[in-house]
Amino acid sequence: MVKITFEGERYTCTDSESVLDCLTRHGHDIPSSCHSGVCQTCMMRAVNGNPPAEAQTDLKATLAAQNYFLACSCKPKSDLEVVLAGSEVVQRVTARIVDKQTLNQEIVKISLRCQQPFTYQPGQFLNVFRRDGLSRSYSIASIPQENETIDLHVRKLEGGQMSTWLHDELAIDDELDVSGATGDCFYVPGDPSQNLLLVGTGSGLAPLWGILRDALARGHHGTIHLFHGSHSVVGLYLIDELRTLTQHHENFHYTPCVSSDDVPEGFTPGRADQVALKQYPKLDGWRIYLCGHPEMVAVLKRRAFLSGASLQDIYADPFVISSQK
Amino acid sequence: MTTSLFERLGGEAAVNAAVDIFYRKVLSDDRINTFFEGVDMEKQAAKQKAFLTFAFGGPNNYTGKDMRDGHAHLVKQGLSDEHFDAVVENLAATLKELNVSDELVTEVAQIAESTRNDVLGR
Ligand code: HEM
Ligand code: FES
Repeated sequence: MVKITFEGERYTCTDSESVLDCLTRHGHDIPSSCHSGVCQTCMMRAVNGNPPAEAQTDLKATLAAQNYFLACSCKPKSDLEVVLAGSEVVQRVTARIVDKQTLNQEIVKISLRCQQPFTYQPGQFLNVFRRDGLSRSYSIASIPQENETIDLHVRKLEGGQMSTWLHDELAIDDELDVSGATGDCFYVPGDPSQNLLLVGTGSGLAPLWGILRDALARGHHGTIHLFHGSHSVVGLYLIDELRTLTQHHENFHYTPCVSSDDVPEGFTPGRADQVALKQYPKLDGWRIYLCGHPEMVAVLKRRAFLSGASLQDIYADPFVISSQK
Repeated sequence: MTTSLFERLGGEAAVNAAVDIFYRKVLSDDRINTFFEGVDMEKQAAKQKAFLTFAFGGPNNYTGKDMRDGHAHLVKQGLSDEHFDAVVENLAATLKELNVSDELVTEVAQIAESTRNDVLGR
């Protein structure tokens, strides 16, 4: 008989039972509503073992890849250890700073190496902890196929506690605690001929730089178009690297956008989201990645959906700036 | 043997096929889209699924009181018959787009209609 482990207890799951039934029968209060795999209220995650595919139909591909499943539709065929979605304890590991490089006036690349093995999907984010407990999220711009380090692109906010500290005080060889990688904004092969639209502002390029190179390294052959925007040219970065990539990959296109009036040759005037929508007014069947300015992300998410993209195909990381301690 | 409306419509797959189309219509409909502004789209989509499952006669645990409570804050913002009609209209248009027969569309509209007084808090 299959065993389900939850909150440290092992339960026997009968043949006819779902994980939800089993845990409910043992007195656990698991949120649920439709009991038919529709509402996704009962989402859980297998931290050990693999849930059956039926329990993952219609989940976002990136959630399925992380072993999330719907408890009400999960009749397990092998033992599982499960947690409620969102309740996972993310481990902390110590990382050493191995490199710091200026990417532009306001953005620095910080390269970390962890003592323990660190698994991540390019585009996910991790939380950085300072000694005094201050913590902020930063997206992962490196890809494990090419980079030995974990790279972050940190934009300095005037008066920002963590970003100023990372820029001005953190030095090479210093140590730092980071959480494991989380988030569902990353590349999954799925249909390698699907068209991908990537739109980011400022350091929102960080996850996209990871996602883009991951997609290319894994042989994605649909169109991939990246729109990177900033107020002025100095706010953009990796321009030469991105232009070089377009020369090596026919399916990759790059449009650097500048929203102020001073637009040099080779750059497109306007806001990245608006330029992208103008070029692609119909987004049926596209997969979309949006990162950076929260308002841009929210507006474009809605517009992309109204332009035909399926909600399941829209991945977004708003860089919400919380000024909590 | 009679099969339920939900099964005749195609069950869960029908809900999944309808949710994007329906939600897109609602967000594009200036008569009602203000009610849906500022809400996280993913959470909203899950709620749209709950709505469609309900309207399609599918499995759910909603009571009239849930409908009342769930829409009370919208009634305060002026939710009225006119808005209700718009939602039902979008629902019917969605099903037509999916080539659902007129007969079934009528049945779905009747289920939605049955909640009118609860949704409008009367
Ligand atoms: C036609 C009959 C209707 C039915 C059967 C219905 C059903 C539902 C259901 C099942 C939910 C999800 C509740 C939850 O699980 O949290 C919901 C939420 C909601 N409904 Fe309706 N609804 C109806 C009409 C309307 C109308 C006319 C409007 C506004 C124009 C509306 C606006 C909303 C909004 C905005 C929410 C989300 C509330 C929130 O912010 O949590 N609904 N509805
Ligand atoms: S309870 Fe609705 S998906 Fe499981």
